Amino acid sequence: MQLPILSIVIFFPLVGIVLLLFLDRKNHKVLKGVTLGLGLLEFLFSLPLWFRFNSQTPAMQFVERYAWFPSYGISYYVGVDGFSLLLIMLTTFLTPICVLATWEDIQHRVKEFMICLLALMSGMLGVFVALDLFLFYVFWEVMLIPMYLLIGVWGNPARRIYAAIKFFLFTMFGSLLMLVAILVLYFHYGKTTGTYTFDLLMMYGVAIPFHMQFWMFLAFGLAFAIKVPMFPFHTWLPDAHTEAPTVGSVILAAVLLKMGTYGFLRFNMPLFPQAAWHFVPLFSILALIGIVYGALVSMMQKDLKRLIAFSSVSHLGFVMLGLFTFTMPGVQGGIIQMINHGLSTGALFLIVGMIYERRHTRMIADFGGLSTPMPIFAAIFMVVSLSSIGLPGLNGFVGEFLILLGTFRTNVVYATVAATGVIFAACYMLWMFQRVMFGEVTNEKNRNLKDLSWREIAIFAPLLLFIVWIGVYPNTFLNKTKATTENFLAMMDKAKASQTAVSQGFKGEAR
Amino acid sequence: MTLTIPSFTLSSIGPWLTLTGTAILILLVDALSPKGRKAYFPQLSLLGLGIALLQTFRLWNHTGTDFARMVYVDNFAFFFYAVFILGTALTVLISRHYLEDYGKNLGEYYALLLFATLGMMLLAAGAHLIMIFLGLEVMSIAVYVLAGLFREDAKSNEAALKYLVLGAFSSAFLLFGIAMLYGATGGSLYLDDMAARLAQAGALTQPLTLLALALFIVGFGFKVASVPFHMWTPDVYEGAPTSITAFMAVGVKAAAFAAFARVLFLAFPALKVDWVMILWVLAVATMTLGNVVAIAQTNIKRMLAYSSIAHAGYLLVALVAANQLGAVSLLYYLLAYTLMNLGAFGVVILVGRKKDSYLSIYDYSGLGFQHPALAAAMALFMFALAGIPPTAGFVGKFYIFSAAVQAGYIWLAIIGVMNSLVSVFYYLRITVLMYMKPPEAELGPVAFTPALTTVLLVTAVGVLLIGIFPGFLYNLAVNSVKIFPSL
Repeated sequence: MQLPILSIVIFFPLVGIVLLLFLDRKNHKVLKGVTLGLGLLEFLFSLPLWFRFNSQTPAMQFVERYAWFPSYGISYYVGVDGFSLLLIMLTTFLTPICVLATWEDIQHRVKEFMICLLALMSGMLGVFVALDLFLFYVFWEVMLIPMYLLIGVWGNPARRIYAAIKFFLFTMFGSLLMLVAILVLYFHYGKTTGTYTFDLLMMYGVAIPFHMQFWMFLAFGLAFAIKVPMFPFHTWLPDAHTEAPTVGSVILAAVLLKMGTYGFLRFNMPLFPQAAWHFVPLFSILALIGIVYGALVSMMQKDLKRLIAFSSVSHLGFVMLGLFTFTMPGVQGGIIQMINHGLSTGALFLIVGMIYERRHTRMIADFGGLSTPMPIFAAIFMVVSLSSIGLPGLNGFVGEFLILLGTFRTNVVYATVAATGVIFAACYMLWMFQRVMFGEVTNEKNRNLKDLSWREIAIFAPLLLFIVWIGVYPNTFLNKTKATTENFLAMMDKAKASQTAVSQGFKGEAR
Repeated sequence: MTLTIPSFTLSSIGPWLTLTGTAILILLVDALSPKGRKAYFPQLSLLGLGIALLQTFRLWNHTGTDFARMVYVDNFAFFFYAVFILGTALTVLISRHYLEDYGKNLGEYYALLLFATLGMMLLAAGAHLIMIFLGLEVMSIAVYVLAGLFREDAKSNEAALKYLVLGAFSSAFLLFGIAMLYGATGGSLYLDDMAARLAQAGALTQPLTLLALALFIVGFGFKVASVPFHMWTPDVYEGAPTSITAFMAVGVKAAAFAAFARVLFLAFPALKVDWVMILWVLAVATMTLGNVVAIAQTNIKRMLAYSSIAHAGYLLVALVAANQLGAVSLLYYLLAYTLMNLGAFGVVILVGRKKDSYLSIYDYSGLGFQHPALAAAMALFMFALAGIPPTAGFVGKFYIFSAAVQAGYIWLAIIGVMNSLVSVFYYLRITVLMYMKPPEAELGPVAFTPALTTVLLVTAVGVLLIGIFPGFLYNLAVNSVKIFPSL
């Protein structure tokens, strides 16, 4: 019998929670140490997924399927393909890093914090592997609660509650409409085929009339667009990011937002392909607005965290643009860019967290000339900023280049507009970097700041490794997604062909 | 108990007899025993309820009618028996400590609870409209008295009087409806042949039947607290003793829905178009009003009162769907609601203490880190009431909205889920207060009595268990609603 690796990876954090419950709540070191151990183990458990993954096939791998609620067609059905593999690895990879980053930051209610963190991990991993719509929805919603608590309990005292509720309600709004769409889809599938099931892969093939696809695409799309977040549904993001504790922001940026883009790839597009083609202009333009608007607003921010938050809107716009090209480089670039954004923006939030720990402010104006007292910090910050801008040789470049390449093939105007986003990105990042790090030390409080400790360097080392690795040799990662992407594009092209055939047929009859 | 007399089998109403017997026994013991014995009433009641539950299990899968077609002996009724027994047992458990605070640990309290439960069973099993009316009255009169249990308290008095006057009024509506129907069918009040008789009666009686239907909807609408017949709910729920509020929100509602569903599905299938239309409007109004007004509440009992109105709205959606799944979701949801709502009220009683000193929602501030277990339980019940997985509340809503979508009422489902969103706001506020605000009042120690601990454990575990493994209950419920041929 094969070991149920996926289930172990999903539920191991929950086992960890049970373990944490028995630990002394006063002993923070032990709590953090044990959680770090759990995080490392979790990463270790997920490694077989990477090494034993067969990149030649688009089929689902490590599949586990148990009847859960057979009379309703609900099963516990999980699996991994090229789309989800990288995101799962990113999640488990970030777990120990996040725990390490809480060492100084979180000083009260540590036990509860760790419990929330682990529950969140479990929920996010579940979202990425679920192949049953019901199961997916359960994970999608369950994951809200720990994130909501992370923001609301450990966030910035001033506005954490507002941000937490806003986050919860925004996400809930989208997902409830998605629930109705899931039900409509379920009954449509049941009526047309006679089998009532929530099995996603079986639903991929079913013919859905265009008017139904249209509305269901919008219902699913709203849920995911809020999560991504696409313009104009992004307003929860700056608040949530700014008010969340450092680790909350890291997870939010690195993993949570990807649930939205992943949702488009896994659910929206394959389930409603004709509608997806139909909506290419709308979503591309929203993505473009997101890219430019996010960048412009970033430029004007005074608060570092808000700046990075708006830069996320811009970066995720790139991802969406890439996915909606339905070309090989576009989609692959989109996937790689999801990982890149996770690494770079995650690292940026960690950086802000570290100077916040030292100075208890995040205002750009309070800094200046930090590179003098903190040279190591400056170097790391520089590399991460450049990776976020998309300097060749670092990871951001690969993703943005592929996306732009894919977009050029389909629409030159879109690509031109998107390319300006890259320029803007350079503006706001470098300007911010200049104001924070370069020049004379203007504020006396900054003169004696301590440089990074070994723990902090240890946090960045693995991140930097992958920032460079993806930048220099992206094929390691692109190969894993290739077969799945090809299969996905073939499916999308077939849907487009059949749609054109149908519409030409209509025209023919009309004549 | 196999005492057989040609026309009926006593065992088919075994649970009723047991409850009646226990209630009378309690009254006798109360009257005859010296003061010290009085503490045994909860145990006696639980024993009676336990035996009744056992009898219900033994009756399971029986079908047909008994007592000259007056009583249904079917799984639909038995499922509800189980729900009522569960609800009453949990109410008994949360009552004792609470009543002792008030110095009111009276025998008649428990006897009345059992009588009310008996009335609910009559409602769920009534096969003749007079039986249903009897059940309604047995239940209501007991609850009127219970609502006014705290004689010295003006609010409790107000609650009882309001409930009595309005309740009597609504009973009259129902009775009037029954009279109309008696005329329309040409002199029969048996549910099982009513549909056929109404179909035969011809077009002339159509207005009479419609009038009867409208009066029924008013009568039952009052008992389930549907808008616009909900006016009594907040005041009565706030004024009544907390344990009775819980009992009303759960048991009375479930019983009224049982009879409502049976009458609509069995007697009025021909008028489905009409009642579906009316209930569609009522459901939307009920959900929306309940949820929106609940946002403005600062008293936890009032908030839960409006939330119970909103939940009646969701349950009406299940009736509107009028398909098998709808009936199943009704049963499932009522059971789930019993668990999560009684759990929440258990917490309210634990936090309230000392004659309900802490009933403002702001008293929950900081509870999360003062009493982690209690707050975790409350958070679980709040998330369940809001319909967030993996709780029973989510699965219940999932069924209800599935049923609506299956029946083609997609807009109703959309309005329903949007209402859930609104409800998330005020349920979430309790968790915000518990976990994200500093304590406002020093709550001091909370007395976890074994009974209340049991309630919280049973409800919390139940809410999670049937939320994560819904299959078993679903199959039971499907089995129970097979009696409705028109679905």
